[in-house]
Amino acid sequence: MEGTQYMKIAVALIVLLPLAGFIITLLLGKRLFRARSHILPVALVTVTAVLSVYAFEWVVRHPDTAFVWNAFSWVAAGRFTVEWGFLVDPLTGIMLLVVGIIGMLVHYYSIGYMKDDPGYYRFFAYLNLFMFAMFVLILANNYLLLFLGWEGVGLCSYLLISFWFRKKSASQAGKKAFLVNRVGDFGFTLGMFLIFVTTGTLQFTGVFDKAEMIGSGTLLWICLLLFTGAVGKSAQFPLHVWLPDAMEGPTPVSALIHAATMVNAGVYMVARSYPLFVQAHTAMLIVMIIGTFTAIYSAYIAITQNDIKKVIAYSTISSLGFMFMALGAGAWAAGIFYLFAHGFFKGLLFLCSGSVIHAMGGEQDMRNMGGLRKKIPITFWTMLIGAIALIGVFPFAGFWAKDEILGSDFSGGYYVVWAVGIVTAFLTAVFAFRLIFMTFFGKSRASEEVQRHIHESAKVMTIPLVLLAIPAALLGILVGWPPDTGWIHTFLQPVFFDVEREKFVWVGVGGGLMVFSVAVALLGVYVAYVMYIRRTELPGRLAARLPVAYEASFNKMYMDQVYEVVPIRSTIAFAGWLWTFFDVKVIDGAVNGLARLWELLGERLRPLQTGRVQNYAFSIFAGMLVLVVVLAWVWGS
Amino acid sequence: MTWSAQIGFPILSVITFLPLAGVLLMLLFGRGRPAVYKVISLVVTLAAFVLSIVMLVALDTKAPGMQFVENFTWIKALNIHYGMGVDGIAALLLFLTTLLGVIVILGSWNYVKDREMGFFISLLLLQVGMAGVFCATDLFLFYVFWEAMLVPMYFIIGIWGGPRRIYAAIKFFLFTLVGSLLMLVAIIVVVYYVKDNTAGGLTFNIQELSRQVYTYHLQFWAFLAFFLAFAIKVPMFPLHTWLPDAHVEAPTAGSVILAGVLLKMGGYGMLRFCLPFFPDAAVTFIPYIVVLSVIAIVYGALVSLVQKDLKKLVAYSSVSHMGFVTVGIFAAIAVANNAAGMEGAILVMFSHGLLTGALFLMVGYMYERTHTRQIADMALLARPMPIMAGFFLFFVFGSAGLPGLSGFVGEFLSLLGLFVYSHWLAAIAATGVILAAAYLLWMFQRTMFNDRGDEDVRPAAEGLRDLGVREILTLVPLVVLVIWVGVYPNTLLDFLHLPVQEILHRVTPSLQSAQAHGVAQLVDAAKGLF
Repeated sequence: MEGTQYMKIAVALIVLLPLAGFIITLLLGKRLFRARSHILPVALVTVTAVLSVYAFEWVVRHPDTAFVWNAFSWVAAGRFTVEWGFLVDPLTGIMLLVVGIIGMLVHYYSIGYMKDDPGYYRFFAYLNLFMFAMFVLILANNYLLLFLGWEGVGLCSYLLISFWFRKKSASQAGKKAFLVNRVGDFGFTLGMFLIFVTTGTLQFTGVFDKAEMIGSGTLLWICLLLFTGAVGKSAQFPLHVWLPDAMEGPTPVSALIHAATMVNAGVYMVARSYPLFVQAHTAMLIVMIIGTFTAIYSAYIAITQNDIKKVIAYSTISSLGFMFMALGAGAWAAGIFYLFAHGFFKGLLFLCSGSVIHAMGGEQDMRNMGGLRKKIPITFWTMLIGAIALIGVFPFAGFWAKDEILGSDFSGGYYVVWAVGIVTAFLTAVFAFRLIFMTFFGKSRASEEVQRHIHESAKVMTIPLVLLAIPAALLGILVGWPPDTGWIHTFLQPVFFDVEREKFVWVGVGGGLMVFSVAVALLGVYVAYVMYIRRTELPGRLAARLPVAYEASFNKMYMDQVYEVVPIRSTIAFAGWLWTFFDVKVIDGAVNGLARLWELLGERLRPLQTGRVQNYAFSIFAGMLVLVVVLAWVWGS
Repeated sequence: MTWSAQIGFPILSVITFLPLAGVLLMLLFGRGRPAVYKVISLVVTLAAFVLSIVMLVALDTKAPGMQFVENFTWIKALNIHYGMGVDGIAALLLFLTTLLGVIVILGSWNYVKDREMGFFISLLLLQVGMAGVFCATDLFLFYVFWEAMLVPMYFIIGIWGGPRRIYAAIKFFLFTLVGSLLMLVAIIVVVYYVKDNTAGGLTFNIQELSRQVYTYHLQFWAFLAFFLAFAIKVPMFPLHTWLPDAHVEAPTAGSVILAGVLLKMGGYGMLRFCLPFFPDAAVTFIPYIVVLSVIAIVYGALVSLVQKDLKKLVAYSSVSHMGFVTVGIFAAIAVANNAAGMEGAILVMFSHGLLTGALFLMVGYMYERTHTRQIADMALLARPMPIMAGFFLFFVFGSAGLPGLSGFVGEFLSLLGLFVYSHWLAAIAATGVILAAAYLLWMFQRTMFNDRGDEDVRPAAEGLRDLGVREILTLVPLVVLVIWVGVYPNTLLDFLHLPVQEILHRVTPSLQSAQAHGVAQLVDAAKGLF
């Protein structure tokens, strides 16, 4: 095959360069590089971005052949063998673009954002480690190596959320993220076991070749267990609780890890397991239901949040729900299309929010913002583009992907799902423009002191914003035109080989739905305009009128409280009982009791040792007598 | 294969007894001269470590049976031999022993203030016993090393330990002794059974004994006796309560060796004796042992969660991790063609030695600075001691089973082996992996990060010094190995394929007959027991 040796080099470098950057920066950053710690990591990530584009371009040139490379054996024990093996196919190609390009831009942005932070070198080291793990995740050609990347990005997420570990909230949030993900990984691990026991391999091609032979009950279990992992990583209900807290991390981290790349891993993994899921109808249904529910649930929470990053975080959960809704409804390519576009516009939104926070001197509460439009114009315009892309207004990126998803819900006969999707789209428009209006319009609500220091961010931060705004605006029309048969569909055809595609009908159901959903989005914008610009007293009155609905949304449906009581406190109480009662009193009590028993026995027997010869002589005589009797009896019988 | 054919000198004896030579040198030249006796201890352990690397390289992983064999008649009347030799399993554990031997010498450089030379002598003598246990191919010799090892450990805990050291030392000693005496009885029974029933006559050769066929009745009781001795060492639930006490009271070096090597002897003994000697009985006990192991995994993890003392936390976590060892071993013999579980179990043994050894070492370093092991008395140590925090984080995640580090592969394979045996038990055991992350990260947060509110908290002691060069040197080899084993476990697995196959070959017929006869045989057997 032409060019595979170059591909091997490219893939090896994509994986190894960020790893080298991590190791070198971690070892030398503090003493040697200091404020120049970013140079090496940024340079390496730039190279990997170029290489990612090269690998993507390779896939474009070889649409029918996937690049597979088993570099060397990882584990070989008994029948169990797994390779350090890599795979580049169209799906990986899309992921490479997302991770490579957004990763690079976030690195550049971080130079400005993290300037003067005492942990500057640490930050860039972790970011590079993250890139390594994420690349392994998307390049792996088997489940176990994917899992290595999967847990690796989880580690980086932990490290970067807890980056400011002197804050309790940050160290708490990092731990929470890792632990909640571990619950999902529990399912993923069992899923891998079941796959191996059923098919005898963990390599994607090997597993998928046998997909049709797996019994339907087993297959359902496999899919559900894998999906459990995805629910954790991609923050779906009920394991979504870690993602809002993850906003404790520096904003570039939120953009890269918790919006554009890592959280997509669950969607990617389910899409990767397409040949399994497509055979398990019930599993697909469950994926769709969880996704749909999560989408509306978190959109509902987002409309009352005041922390600018929390709003975007809940929006991300909602968007990920949209992706799962798509996969579950059988709109595989549309789901990946949404992932692709979402990476850019959601990454953009986060970076913009970072720029806002930067300008406000660390303020994240939107109630203390307002009127920033003129003062930070680049941030404003790029964020506006991101918001429009998010709510899906023609012709921005989100529009094409979102409407394909809603269209296929409708044409697939899932009318309830479609309706929920429409309501979610409305809510999304409301909270996105609530954010825009509260932040950039009206009068400034910040203190005099803060107002005096408001400034547009440095070029190193604003240029990435502009570079992300371009795909956020145009990506949809470039790859998604015409709907349902656009370039991305043709490109992903080898991966989702079995999906039937219908030709999009402009005049008819397809076009009608499209117009309708855009209208709904615009209505949402109008509602936000009325509530947050024209009649700013309305939200308060509404909250007073509907206290239950408001409180539930504002308090995030009380999920954190539920988790605090049910699994966490009860486990600790049970563990405490196990230790202080069962371990110490019962088991060790028995041990010490036995020792005490011997001691008592000794005490009781001590009087026998009187030291008087007569007593001993008597004992000897008695013993002899017993012995004689016993022997006589034995011989006699 | 004999040593003369393989390497030209009796390498196993040299590795085993080098520390003893060191002790003699220390007694001759080291009295009252700390620099001299410390350097001697370091040099001999380093030499033993280098030789054990040579041994690993020279070992032929494709050759069956024991290698570097040395065999001399020792007690002629009883046909007892001085027999040394290793297979892949023993070789890896011997390597681990010599590695940790160097590390504890270096790690205890300034640790003890009182009767320091005695401490180093005890460490060296302990190493002789441990190396001997892994090398002995004669049952009698094995037993001698097994018991000899107890004495220095008893002193290490009893003399250089914490406030309740006497209680802990006696508890450790009695627990182990109960097990070893049962084993001694079983050894005598086994040896005389072979003498009376085979043409070979009296022999203590382990290989020879493990090829014999024993009656089920004998197997049943002898298995129990051997198994109990090893289960106490592992330690398996509910025989584990000596471990937390011993760890809490032991000095750092004692804890490292205890967790790193002594516990491994339990697993090693099961592989070397319980399975090949008594395969029928082993098959009988599978379900009970597997269930107890799964309980140990979850129970140990739960109890770790609520510990207040760092050492106790790591001690209970050992109970949990060692559960993966016993579960892997016995799940592997429960289903045909399930070698992965057993190889995973041995990998867990090795990896646990590295990771838990490292964790105890680091807890010791923290104790030397803060003079406390109470989690509640620490906070935000990452600020004054970033290097310490970095290493600690590494080992914490290693212990939590992060893929790419050594803990993962072993636990994964061992759980996979269990999954083949029982899906539901594997699911229960896998919750131990969630809990491991919980107790480790929570512990890390409370010691290194902040969990006391958004105010900046200060650690109890001021002016804490970060890790020094010597301390970093003790940790770096562990870091390297943890990564190596995580990324390329085949280095270790290559040593294991053949010995594991040999064990499984021995057990498989028993498994098949048990499966063929099912419960009926069990009932018959139970009738004949008493």
